[in-house]
Amino acid sequence: MSETPSTSKSENRSRPFRLQIEPRLSQPPGWFPAIVSVGAVVIALIIGGVLIAVAGGDPLRSYIHIAKASFGNIGVLSDAIVKATPILLTSLACCIAFRMRLWNIGAEGQFIMGAFGASAVVLIPLLPGDASPWLFIPAMMLAGMVAGAIWGMIPGLLKAHLNVNEIISTLMMNYIAISWINFFVFAVWSEGGFQMTRKFAQNAWLPRLLDYSKEIPLFRGLTTHMGLLIGILAAVILWFIIYRSRWGYEIRLIGDNPRAAQYAGINIKRNIVLVMMVSGALAGLGGMSEVSGVVHRLQTSPLAAGYGFTGIIVAWLAKLNPLVAILVSILFGALILAGREIQPSGVPKMIQGIILVCLIASDFLLRYRIHFVHAEKED
Amino acid sequence: MTQTTPTPEASLAVEMRGIVKKFPGVLANDHVDFELRTGEIHALLGENGAGKSTLMNVLAGLYRQEAGIIKVKGKSVDFYSPRDAIKSGIGMIHQHFMLVPSQTVTENILLGLDDPRFFMRLPHYDQVTADLGDRFGLKVDPRAKIWQLSVGEQQRVELLKMLYRGAEVLIMDEPTAVLAPVEIEGLIRTLRSMVAEGKSVIFISHKLQEITAISDRVTVLRKGKVTAAGLQTSQTTRQELAREMVGREVVFHHEKKPNVPGELVLQVKEIHAENDKGLKALSGVSLNVRSGEIVGLAGVAGNGQRELAQVITGLRKCLSGEVLLNNDTLSNQPALFGILRGVAHVPEDRTHVGTAPDLSVTDNVIMKKYRRPPIAQYGMLNMSVADKYANQLKNDYDIIVPNVDTPVRLLSGGNLQRVILAREISGEPTLLVAVQPTRGLDVGAIEGVHRLLLQQRAAGAAILLISEELEELFSLSDRVFVIYEGRIMGEIPIGIEEPSEELTENIGLMMCGTVPEQIQKREASQHV
Repeated sequence: MSETPSTSKSENRSRPFRLQIEPRLSQPPGWFPAIVSVGAVVIALIIGGVLIAVAGGDPLRSYIHIAKASFGNIGVLSDAIVKATPILLTSLACCIAFRMRLWNIGAEGQFIMGAFGASAVVLIPLLPGDASPWLFIPAMMLAGMVAGAIWGMIPGLLKAHLNVNEIISTLMMNYIAISWINFFVFAVWSEGGFQMTRKFAQNAWLPRLLDYSKEIPLFRGLTTHMGLLIGILAAVILWFIIYRSRWGYEIRLIGDNPRAAQYAGINIKRNIVLVMMVSGALAGLGGMSEVSGVVHRLQTSPLAAGYGFTGIIVAWLAKLNPLVAILVSILFGALILAGREIQPSGVPKMIQGIILVCLIASDFLLRYRIHFVHAEKED
Repeated sequence: MTQTTPTPEASLAVEMRGIVKKFPGVLANDHVDFELRTGEIHALLGENGAGKSTLMNVLAGLYRQEAGIIKVKGKSVDFYSPRDAIKSGIGMIHQHFMLVPSQTVTENILLGLDDPRFFMRLPHYDQVTADLGDRFGLKVDPRAKIWQLSVGEQQRVELLKMLYRGAEVLIMDEPTAVLAPVEIEGLIRTLRSMVAEGKSVIFISHKLQEITAISDRVTVLRKGKVTAAGLQTSQTTRQELAREMVGREVVFHHEKKPNVPGELVLQVKEIHAENDKGLKALSGVSLNVRSGEIVGLAGVAGNGQRELAQVITGLRKCLSGEVLLNNDTLSNQPALFGILRGVAHVPEDRTHVGTAPDLSVTDNVIMKKYRRPPIAQYGMLNMSVADKYANQLKNDYDIIVPNVDTPVRLLSGGNLQRVILAREISGEPTLLVAVQPTRGLDVGAIEGVHRLLLQQRAAGAAILLISEELEELFSLSDRVFVIYEGRIMGEIPIGIEEPSEELTENIGLMMCGTVPEQIQKREASQHV
């Protein structure tokens, strides 16, 4: 503020040109956002490469290694997809909530409660132990979704009726969820004092590709499970809900301008609760898929591994489009896998972070255009 | 001229010459001259959008003029920020206070200053604040937190803030709009004590009563131009001021055809309601609209029009009273209730209420139709039907946009208004509530909107037109109600002939709070 205007003007003149930023007044062509996103990822990889080089690594070799470690052969690809499945479902949970600008940071807790609900079907048990998988799997899916939906409904009700900030309440509910399953894992359902429950019987497992290796030898050792199909199906249904249904229209309208939505006669409170419940149900379905497709028992550490938080990033990168979220989650599954391959933590996390920052920053180019103004043209 | 007598320029606290300020599509100030003498209260009168606030924002350093000069105490000044203005002794108190609610009065006053540097030494500055308050009759507890204070007290803090910064000229932007009557009296006393100390005050208002009560001189602006400069308040009449404010020449268009209004469609009975701040906005408003009739509601913005439109359209609850639409009770029902019964609403705020800026033209035009077939089918939206509908509206209403997938935030004001009107009118409404439907539009767009409203009138819709433009109200309305501070001041039938100058003047007076009885009394005494 102390700088006087006259000096800043003369400074401008001394430069050959200056940047002028103005809002875009017309819609950019359809390919433009895609190009900008790809450009942002490329720039992120270059920045990451520089950092790897500074740390003494060979950027090119590191990137090739990462690619090989996650897409190199069908075995690692399958592992990447297994990692991607829970992320996909939590990112879908975030997609629908964020569409309405409901900042559900609680996909993690809803995911954990979904896993708990699904496990309860086996461990209480709600079904006889020798029931058919055709009964077990749907029952577990339903239980997982209901548990997640309840966990989402609580902050939803608080937000709708008491205007409690959902960011804080959903975040706090995550810790409650972890403590909740810890109680059951350590005490009620503990198997011989270990911090885990007994392993579920095979009829409570989601079918995996390796289960069919007798018929199709190619599937030998592939752990990709039916959760992927559930996730893709959920993504497609969610896409139709958001972009093609009456309810999705209401969600988009509330998200873009709540006052306009109110003016159009939409009940915002009811939608807050409903969207939080659906969001929670999707995350809960993710928890069910993980417990029944991978872990096969209730155990805290492999379940509370941050899938809910990664889902936030993935939803954001996918610009809240459920179909794009499928691709982005697979990419993130690969990055997690490659991370274990080259370094337990560090470089892959760093690359994730840089990509995210670059993509978010690139949004600016979609809204504004940058002009170079030559000094001679002024005045 | 001898050296002992001050030159006329020297006695001027502020002199503005030929100020020009443009905004996209509007010439807000068109070569405005303004003079403020030292030690006077100078009122700045004008309708909303006349350019009063713009002119004062230029003087306070918030805006920079495109042309014209400003002199303070005879010296030319060049302001780039409010900080420059306050250095020259000019401080502005805005309608919306700029205070930190969780901090104390003293902390707010010291905010942004270089002194104290590190240690706050609050007890010392509390005393300074209290002394300053005593001097100007601005009693307020220096240790009170802002959120604990009434609006009137907060205004005093704003005044203290400016006085502490050494302001010699205080600009007050509609200071009474937020105050209760008792607080207004207190404010008048404060202003008097400040000019007694040699300060000068510019007082922006559109309320004639206040202006005649407070000010020494008055300058009137209309549509960015000065219509009366520096009149002595004591030597002018309210009629004269009203005329200067609303304009003598009301252009009358003969577009309106005579028609016989039909059934009573809208009945507003004794509505009482509060505004967003919890202050009384409507105090027993009653009016009615028949089918095939345009009823105008005249008034300066902020006199309850917005709240009335919201009560009718279900966006605001009323405390008491009733709104009837063809014998259905509309008041205190959700907005959807009215929408399903054919209530259309062109809101005042096009971007924040009327549209969803990032959604497409299609998404915006189906806002009230998406619930029903053919657009809705089994809970899904038939997007091809919706797009076809949007394209049809685009052609019928001349919405200029490359395609219907374009987000509406990229549309110009006129086009955006056509999107809203197309959406609201195409549903063949039984009742259309149009709030400032032509504000900010250019002449061509205004004519288009007027034509659409008259078409709806011919088609049998009941239309409540809320506007500040008398010209518009006269051209379109069959009857006009005038609202002032949440009360209906009177109802005036408008023929299809050109309204008389007297009628215009009377409406102008009523808009400024002079009740028709006074006019009638005066007329009676003149005739005797």
